[in-house]
Parts: sequence; C-alpha cells; structure tokens
Amino acid sequence: MRRIVIDPVTRLEGHLKVMVEVDEGKVAKAEVVGTMFRGFEKILSGRDPRDAVFLTQRICGVCPADHATASALALDDACKAEVPENGRLLRNLMLGGNYLQSHITHFYHLSLPDYVQLPEIAPFSPHYTGDFRFNKETNEKMAGHYFQALNIRRKCHELVAQFGGKMPHLASIVAGGTSQNATPFRIKSARVLLGEVSEFINTVYEEDVRTIAAGYHDYFNAGKGMNLLTYGAFPMDAGGRANLFARGVYADGKISALDPARISEDVSHSWYNASSGGPPTEISTQADADKQGAYSWVKAPRYDGAVFEVGPLARMWMNGVYRGGISAMDRIVARMMEAKMMAGAMTGWLDELKEDGECEVAVEVPYEAEGAGMTEAARGALGHWVKIRGGRIERYEAVVPTTWNASPLDASGQHGPIETALLGLEVPDADNPLPVVRVIHSFDPCLACAVHLIAPNRPMSRFRI
Amino acid sequence: MRNLDRREFLRLCGATGAALSLADMLKPEIAAAFAGPKEGKPPVVWLQGGACSGCSVSLLNSVSPDIAEVLTGVISLKFHQTLMSAAGDQAMNVLQETRNKYRGEYVLIVEGTVPAGASGKYATLGENGEKPVTFAKWVKDMSADAKAILAVGSCASFGGVPAASPNPTGSLPASKAVNGKPVINIPGCPSHPDWVLGTVVHLLNYGMPRLDAHGRPVIFFGKCIHDLCERRPDFDLGVFATRLSGNGCLYKMGCKGPMTFADCPQRMFNNKTNWCVGANSPCISCVQPEFPDHSEPFFVKMAEYGPEGTQVPQNRPVRLIGGSN
Repeated sequence: MRRIVIDPVTRLEGHLKVMVEVDEGKVAKAEVVGTMFRGFEKILSGRDPRDAVFLTQRICGVCPADHATASALALDDACKAEVPENGRLLRNLMLGGNYLQSHITHFYHLSLPDYVQLPEIAPFSPHYTGDFRFNKETNEKMAGHYFQALNIRRKCHELVAQFGGKMPHLASIVAGGTSQNATPFRIKSARVLLGEVSEFINTVYEEDVRTIAAGYHDYFNAGKGMNLLTYGAFPMDAGGRANLFARGVYADGKISALDPARISEDVSHSWYNASSGGPPTEISTQADADKQGAYSWVKAPRYDGAVFEVGPLARMWMNGVYRGGISAMDRIVARMMEAKMMAGAMTGWLDELKEDGECEVAVEVPYEAEGAGMTEAARGALGHWVKIRGGRIERYEAVVPTTWNASPLDASGQHGPIETALLGLEVPDADNPLPVVRVIHSFDPCLACAVHLIAPNRPMSRFRI
Repeated sequence: MRNLDRREFLRLCGATGAALSLADMLKPEIAAAFAGPKEGKPPVVWLQGGACSGCSVSLLNSVSPDIAEVLTGVISLKFHQTLMSAAGDQAMNVLQETRNKYRGEYVLIVEGTVPAGASGKYATLGENGEKPVTFAKWVKDMSADAKAILAVGSCASFGGVPAASPNPTGSLPASKAVNGKPVINIPGCPSHPDWVLGTVVHLLNYGMPRLDAHGRPVIFFGKCIHDLCERRPDFDLGVFATRLSGNGCLYKMGCKGPMTFADCPQRMFNNKTNWCVGANSPCISCVQPEFPDHSEPFFVKMAEYGPEGTQVPQNRPVRLIGGSN
C-alpha cells in the first residue's frame, strides 16, 4: 500500500488536492479535496439584486459568462422580465463563445501536457516522466498546437468581448437582456472571429483529439462513470420551450426527465455544519473548518440520493450526439464534439440577430420575489437561486458543476464522480502518477466555482424551483 | 534594439490611442528587460489565493507579445498553478528551489486575497508532513526573498469581492500579508495584461514605477475614466442615457467613471475590442479600493449615495480630485 498525495493538482481552475492509496498497482482509496473557500452567498446578501449578475461572475474567471447567464435568468424569473429576441441571441452568443474558449483551453493548456511533452523550460518543466507515447514528430506537432491554441482561445474571448465589453468578467449581460446591442460592426467582427475559431476546431482540434484517442486508447477504459445529469441550456426560441442542449437524467441505462426537487446536498464529509445539508432551496450553510471526519470544502450534491456526473459528455449523451461510453477519453472526445456543435449553432444565432434590434427590457426590482436560473456552464449543470425581500437580496444560492463532479463521500458512503473514476485505476508508477492526473483533468474541474458557498446562518424560507 | 530612456518609455505606456498596442511598441524593451539575471530569463512566481483565476486568464489574452512569446522567450514562469506541468510535491519543490536559488531575484506575483480567518484554513497549498500549509504562510515566506512583489487584480490589491462585507474569510490584500515589504498594486477585475506586463518591464528596466496613494503605477492609473471617456462630451452637454442600450452618458444609469482612475477608455480590452462603457454598461469602479462595497449599487447614480467628495453636479463639467497625480 502506498499513499500518494498530489497537492496542488495543477492545470485546473482553483485549488484541488487528491490523495490516493495504491495497492498492487491499483487505486484502493481516493479522496478529492477542495482546499479553498471564499463565501460568496454571504457576501451577496443585502445587496441590490441587479448587482448579482456582476458579482457572481467573480466566482470564477474561467466561467464568468456562465455565471452571468444563470444569475440573469434567475433575476429575469424574479422580475418577470421577458427578454427580447436579440437579448436571447446575444446571451447565447456570449455563453457559447466562452464554451469555445473553455473547451480549447481545457484540451490544449490544461490537459495536453498529460499526453505530450512540451519544451523543457518553465512552466512546462519539471513534469512527470514515463508514459509519453508519441514519436518525436507527432509530439512536436502537438506541442506546436499548444501555442497556436493560445491565440485561438484569445480570439474566442475577443468574440465574447464584441458583445460583452470585456472578458473575463463581461459587462453586458444584465437582468432583462443585454446592454450591448447587435450593431452591424459587432456582428461582422464576430463572424470573422467565429470563422477563424471554427476552422481551428474543425481541422486542428478534431484531428488532435483523434490522435490522442488513438495513442491512449486504453483511457476509454479508465476513469469510468455511471450516471449523467443536465439542466439544459441555450434557448432556441422566445419562450425557451426548445433548448440547444436537452435537460435530463441518465441512470441505469435509461434517460428520464429531470425533477429539480430531487436535488439535495450532503455535507457529511464537508467542512460545514449539519444544517448545511438538504435541498439547495432550504439549506443554511455555515462553515466549520475543524469538523471531525470532514475532508473537503466541496459539498456533495446528489439526485434522488444517487451520484451524478455533469459536463459536456452528459450533454452530448442527452442530445444523442455521442454515446460511446463514460470514461476519461470519452469526456475528451465529447468536449470536442460539443465545441463543433456550438460553433455551428453560433453561426445560426449570428444570422438570426436583427441589426440594432431591441436587446433589453426595463427591469423593476420587486419588493419581494423568488427566481431560479438553471443553465449549463461549459463544465456542466449550473443553477442560481435568488430570494428578494425589501428590494434586496435576502438569500442567494448557487449549485455549480464541479460541486457535482468533485464531491466527497456522502452519508451513505457513496463517492463523488471523480473519486469513483479514480477507484480501481491502474497506477503502475507511483512516482509518476500520470493516470491519476489524466482522469482528474478529463472532468475539467473548476474549484473556484465548486467552493464558493456559505449562506447566512439564519432560518431560510423555502424556494420554489 | 531600441534603447528607450525612462521618459520615453512612460510616453509610450501612455500612448494608448496609437494604432499599435503597448506591447507592440515595447517589444525590444521587454526583451531587454527580461534578458536579466543568470540563466537568461528572470524568474517569476505566481501564487493564487482567494481568487477566481480571472487575472491569469486575462494575462493569457495578452496580444503582443502574445502570451506564447512571453512564456517561451521572455520570462521564466517557475510557478503558476494553472499553467505548470508539474503537480503536487514536484510543483511545491519548484517553489522552494526558486526561493533558494534566486534569492532576491525573482518577481513574486500574488493573485487573489490572503484569507486570514479560521487560522488561514480557507486556502491551503501543499503539505508539510501530511499537514496542509496555509496560503498565508506561502505568501509570507515567498515575499521575504522576492526582488519585488506585485499584487495583480483587485482582490490581491485591495481585497476586492472576497473581502466585501461581511468578509466571510477574513481576506486580506497582499500588502497586509508580506511583513510590510513594498507591494505594487495592479488592480482591475480582472487586471489588464498591458498593466501587468508594462509594470514588470518598468520594474526590471527602470526600477520602481511611480505609484499613486493606493500603490498603483501612475502610468496606467493616473487619469480619471470620466476624463478619458468617449461619452464625456455627452456628459458635458447633458445628454444622459435613460436606458442601458441607448445613447448618451451612463452617469445617471450608475456609471462610476467619475470616481475611477484607469486608462480603460483608451486601452480597452481583448485586443482593443471593447470595454464596459463601450458595451453600454456602467463602469463599476473595479480598480478602486472602494470596489465593490462603495461602488455599489452598480446601476444607481453615484451622487445619490456616494461617499463625501464624490458628489457630482449634474449637467456641468467637473474636475474631480482623486488618485495622487
């Protein structure tokens, strides 16, 4: 038995630590630990509800458009705002543009160094050694794409900034729509950027994923998962009846409808007190940094008491685009397929935009209201819930993708998806635990998002989802 | 290679209206600055605490020199959690090695707050004999032997959103966690890549840049957004927007440009693509120590609630006092 601690697990957003015990070359025990905590919900309480769109973006610099979208949806709901067509399309384009940025950054800059050797200089050296399989020519070509992709991901952000003002932390998603309207200049500039990014995705990115999948084919059998869950996202019509990404639950080989009331958070092994568990709509979260038996700042969301994985693979599965399997390599393949699908959808949204059309409606903050915003961040299902009282935020709650994926043990002894994926994993060389980081990276964890929680320690009223 | 004197360098840093980006003009100077100490490139250590990584992502959006050039040819980025290949002990050893080998030569960059609540347990990094080491300890240790310390972003500079009331994690800005050593603040939520790279170049080529009362380089934070704004004529003429997506000055929609000191209107973001007011959205004053508690509510006119000294007479050109230039 050998204990391996990787702290920090690098090349992901935020602070993550993993502890595995390897017995006869296989992982026998796994603990995934979120090691940073800020307390966003507590900060939000008492503020102007409209400010939540800007403040919640600051949960994560990698998925700001995603939090802005969820927050704006929650406020639209609470303020009964009907977002005009251009507002819907522009929001879709900003979130979609950040998907492209996020997926390309994940594959090339966060994940690729697990499979390809980069130049032997800082920050690429030192690195784990051993199981790097490509010949010199292929390796050099892929390493070159690492640097090319830096430019492409930057252009994705330029695309978002056309309509968002700046990225990260965009300025124009607001309650009631968007502030930036679709001027002919902005539409044209976005088209040019999207064309360049699409070409990269369809030629370079796709081919590189094929190369990795062929060279490391055994990872289709590593880092396995079971259940998948999506909230659905990207409204395709005014009423939001149709979404680009379907909402649903995949368990025991069957797809069924999602019932948000069955979501609950478990804190038996998280550094929060007992009242912090339950449905996200009625818990009262309070940190307890010295809690016995706890080992992570991440909570454990469960659906119907069972463990679910969220992310691009879940979305592609629910849409029937990709159902190859649930493994480390399947996650990488599905993410690429989603980028292709997204680039196509964005071209359509740009065509649909009406030049200089209405993009926002005036929003009046109600004295008392509740709202829910459920969408999909690049990394998976994302929900924001707001309760307004006296025209101010009384309570704000966000349940984010990595909380699902990086969750610790729950009260019934079930491991979260990343821990489950690590159990049984073959780690032949304990000094170079490449399989461990490959499996973790396949989930594209975002810890700043996962560990933002803490709500005021006072009685909470019920939320309608 | 061009040789600029300090005065010329400052002029270029301020010349944001030019067709070229700051980094374009500074390419040779950046190369010269980074030709620094032994083994070629100056070592940089980038630590992330109570952060969202937005400032790191923003740095990746640097245009020219593009970030690939910065990483391979200009600096030696020894430690950066989001980018480095090493993980775990291997990564933490790099930190110790850099401290020992480049004593007094490395630049320390802090992103995010330093949480002091719960004995620092709200942010930890690496282990010491199975015991987690707090981020606060790393900042204190690494700052002791740094050539210079840069607080990048508003969280590290002033506390930002994590330190907003009621500051649940007891978050501190970097300057309060480095045993009184001098810190250059490069705020912004996120900070602009030009601000970060420009300051590093100045530091390595010409020494400490001139700082304002909040520890910010005057070259980038010396002027008021309200004075640089393309909608300033609207303000002077009394043309005010009544909805975000309309025309006119956003002052009555909550714009905090008059209390905010940075060159955003001229420098803009993402390869000069756009900026907040350019996208019809009010400035939220993200580079000021007041952000966010005293720049909120973001969509309410500042004079209606603003602290003393920020009252702005309506429909009249005003000259505001602030910063230290």
